[in-house]
Amino acid sequence: MDNASLSFFQAYVMPFLLITAHSLAIMIALLLALAFFMYADRKVWAAVQLRRGPNVVGPFGLLQSFADILKYLFKEVVVPTTANKAVFLLAPFLTMFLALSAWAVIPFDEGWAVADINLGILYVLAISSLGVYGVIMGGWASNSKYPFLGALRSAAQMVSYEVSIGLVIITVLLCVGSLNLTDIVLAQKNIWFCVPLFPMFVVFFISALAETNRPPFDLPEAESELVAGFMVEYSSTPYVVFMIGELANIVLMCAMTTILFLGGWLPPIDIAPFNMVPGVIWFTLKLCLMFFMFAMVKAMVPRYRYDQLMRLGWKIFLPFSLIWVVLTAGVLQYFDLAP
Amino acid sequence: MQALLTEYMPILIFMGLAAVITLALLVVPLLAAPSDPDTEKLSPYECGFEAFDDARMKFDVKFYLVAILFIIFDLEIAFLFPWAVAFGDIGLFGFWSMMFFLAVLTIGFAYEWKKGALEWD
Repeated sequence: MDNASLSFFQAYVMPFLLITAHSLAIMIALLLALAFFMYADRKVWAAVQLRRGPNVVGPFGLLQSFADILKYLFKEVVVPTTANKAVFLLAPFLTMFLALSAWAVIPFDEGWAVADINLGILYVLAISSLGVYGVIMGGWASNSKYPFLGALRSAAQMVSYEVSIGLVIITVLLCVGSLNLTDIVLAQKNIWFCVPLFPMFVVFFISALAETNRPPFDLPEAESELVAGFMVEYSSTPYVVFMIGELANIVLMCAMTTILFLGGWLPPIDIAPFNMVPGVIWFTLKLCLMFFMFAMVKAMVPRYRYDQLMRLGWKIFLPFSLIWVVLTAGVLQYFDLAP
Repeated sequence: MQALLTEYMPILIFMGLAAVITLALLVVPLLAAPSDPDTEKLSPYECGFEAFDDARMKFDVKFYLVAILFIIFDLEIAFLFPWAVAFGDIGLFGFWSMMFFLAVLTIGFAYEWKKGALEWD
């Protein structure tokens, strides 16, 4: 190898390979984690209802999600004749692609993010906002009534709650003064934001449930009225891809809650036995705690009615979080605490 | 330019990987799974009935209204982002100008509420 090609190799090929390896490692870890999150979700739900849940495939049923995936991979793909075929197949692709892409900026530990960009939170917000396109495209392209109604409901619900999520993020940003996710975590060195901004933490959690169409806000797929909402016409892996995308979004919301309010990878107390544990373990523990809350809410809270859902979003959360933005800004200004 | 590229290149690579994995999942059953379509199987689902109307039907204008309200509030939030990040540097003047903007917005919001744009029934 001569000098020029060597320097080209060092300047471009090596970093490229390193980043690809890093991305691949995170992607595989994420997909494996999603399989077990799915399992955990079903187990928690079953335990609340005094059932056993999946317990046949593998020890304690741990391999259930993999068996499910394998089964779906060998199922026939049915595309209705009246559907717009390209859009019909593009919708699940978009959902999962966007849900996975958002993970590129999540810092699991200090410096672990694939891309530690200075617009981190804006990127996550933008990518997760685009998720609504997958839903509305799937529902419209199916050219069938249940998916159409489900998609309309889902889109309206997702955009409504995005407004309050945006305002909650603004309150956190006021306390941090940076859009970078690492900076947001490091700003919580002294106190996690779930303490001073506790009401916002609650609003964010409930909005995250609504944003990801989780029960008790799973109206787009309210079985008793819309069968499966925008997914009615989907079968085989297009359906699985929708499900993985949805789950990736749910876990992403748990990760965002962890980063914004629970101090990311920081230990609860910065003293000897706690701060020796690697940050990624703290991050995972907090993530699992948030996911457990998501699962428990699904198991315990009855489903909302659609008008109640819209009232909660527009008439309670929106004014409330707007007031908190003003309040936070006022306090920071008055006591000169702004970063 | 160089800095921008090195910062955002990983995102592109990550997105590429995400696209490849998703595509792979979508393509496998097309190759591996049996395919035995018939007209009944390929007809749109409607609880066992023959579908008796076009699915591209009229829908409630409320959904448009929600979309419009969303655009207004989301723009306002996009406006708040730079203000929140620069909050420490812009001082009292920056604080009060945003409070004035939010007050105007609140008047609009109260009007919407009073007009019943937020009712859903």
